[in-house]
Amino acid sequence: MTNWVEVCAADEIDEEDVIRFDHEGRTFAVYRSPDDQFFATDGLCTHEKIHLADGLVMDDIIECPKHNGRFSYKTGEAKGAPVCVNLKTYAVKVEAGSVFISLA
Amino acid sequence: MLHIVIIGAGECGARAAFALREKGFDGQITLVGAEEHLPYERPPLSKEALLHGLEPKLVSDAARYADAGIAVLTGLSVESIDPAGKTVQLSNGDSLPYDRLLLTMGARPRPFPGLSGTIHRIRTLRTHDDTVAIRAGLQPGKHLAIIGGGFIGLELAATARKLGAQVTLLEGLPRILSRGVPDEIAGVVAARHQAEGVEILCGVKIQSLEESRDEVKVHFEDGRTMAADLIVVGIGAIPNVELARDAGLTIDNGIAVDEHLQTSVPDIFAAGDCCSFPLAHYDGRRLRLEAWRNAQDQGALAAANLLGAGEAMSALPWFWSDQYDLTLQIAGLADGATQTIRRDTADGAFILFHLDAGGRLIAASGIGTGNAIARDIRLAEMMIAAGVRPDPVALAAAQTKLKSLLAA
Ligand SMILES: Cc1cc2nc3c(=O)[nH]c(=O)nc-3n(C[C@H](O)[C@H](O)[C@H](O)COP(=O)(O)OP(=O)(O)OC[C@H]3O[C@@H](n4cnc5c(N)ncnc54)[C@H](O)[C@@H]3O)c2cc1C
Ligand code: FES
Repeated sequence: MTNWVEVCAADEIDEEDVIRFDHEGRTFAVYRSPDDQFFATDGLCTHEKIHLADGLVMDDIIECPKHNGRFSYKTGEAKGAPVCVNLKTYAVKVEAGSVFISLA
Repeated sequence: MLHIVIIGAGECGARAAFALREKGFDGQITLVGAEEHLPYERPPLSKEALLHGLEPKLVSDAARYADAGIAVLTGLSVESIDPAGKTVQLSNGDSLPYDRLLLTMGARPRPFPGLSGTIHRIRTLRTHDDTVAIRAGLQPGKHLAIIGGGFIGLELAATARKLGAQVTLLEGLPRILSRGVPDEIAGVVAARHQAEGVEILCGVKIQSLEESRDEVKVHFEDGRTMAADLIVVGIGAIPNVELARDAGLTIDNGIAVDEHLQTSVPDIFAAGDCCSFPLAHYDGRRLRLEAWRNAQDQGALAAANLLGAGEAMSALPWFWSDQYDLTLQIAGLADGATQTIRRDTADGAFILFHLDAGGRLIAASGIGTGNAIARDIRLAEMMIAAGVRPDPVALAAAQTKLKSLLAA
């Protein structure tokens, strides 16, 4: 069963930006792409446990604030050193102006 | 089959080895390293690894080298290079032929002048083994004297305080971090260390260090002495150039390379802490960096150019340091700045933007807790690269999004 959890209002995330979302002891990063779609990944970098929401979104890339490791936030793919472990991604939907992510 | 040999199995050598494969090289790769460990990251050595006594944080585990077909020879050093015969001589007596050679031998700590003999209580910090030895001497209440108020000394001071040691930091110049860090930021760092109980003594002239069985003494030029349980000397690093020099390569504050990281011998490239290179963005000025991301960037670039890509170095200098919960980041080179603009962001964090006489952004330095300044420094770096002349008023205003100035 899909467990949709409300994150925030859609307009609380700027285009080409990211916010941090904490829920039941876990932390996520929720993104809005330049073409106005929403995505979600685990909140912490896989290199060291650093909050990706402090990083920079460029196109479909989230760049970690600590050592500039890069991931595609759409697929979670680690884009090369120093990050080599992919990020987990989560389904996202927007309903009635609110963003929801799906936590299994 | 083409054989590429990489001398020096640190951050840079390891990155280069993997980058060769990522770029499709299917010849032979041998990475030779003097240390017993597989390549590991040095930044934790003065931070978490020292605090928690961690094992080396490997750049990659053994399986990934094996999968990529990279032969790593650890615990072996290269003793000489024969550029004419295209071989390197190893410390176990073997000689290894190469087609192309990459030098990533890094740097070693500058020793305190005049020290010799067996020294236990006077150490430097560069390797995992150094961290293990220093940690063993840092029980609560022990007195650590650090010589040198640079990044390594300061990070060590912060970690030593967390471990409960008493810390005195001795700096010969009038302030800490005088190399490349603006006054305002150095002031924040110094104040924090003092608040955490570190005694910082600037402008001190040390005459000699003396080790006895139970302690070590610092003798100052003014006749005073100070006793400590352990001294760590952090007065800079010397690039490992001897192999290259003996092989006839040009040396200029490091193994001299051109913008392609090629040395004065065409088949030999150099990268990372051991090389000096011209940086086009700053009028081709020659510099040598001791910085983690530079080691990564140059490792990847050297790999491309070993395969004939002919790409020029374009990455800008970028550095970070962590002390307590503060992180400092610097992008670019501030030396030529004539104007500095301060932008205060949340919770005491701030960024200094350094502009040249023509109003061009040439560097940015920031400090704050956690990653408070990271995103803005990264955007500033992109603005520097793009040669932007930002509006100083907009820069100073925290509500202006830097992204909007980048696009301008
Ligand atoms: C304690 C510490 C903390 C740091 N913290 C930061 C930080 O917070 N931020 C930052 O940006 N940078 C930091 N740095 C700097 C960063 O770690 C270095 O810039 C980086 O390690 C350089 O990589 P390198 O591969 O060029 O050289 P190195 O890492 O020095 O690797 C060179 C390797 O070559 C080996 N070698 C040398 N000669 C030979 C030979 N003849 N034969 C075989 N092997 C040889 C050496 O043993 C060594 O293992 C820190 C460095 C230290 C020491
Ligand atoms: S913590 Fe994210 S790249 Fe290092």
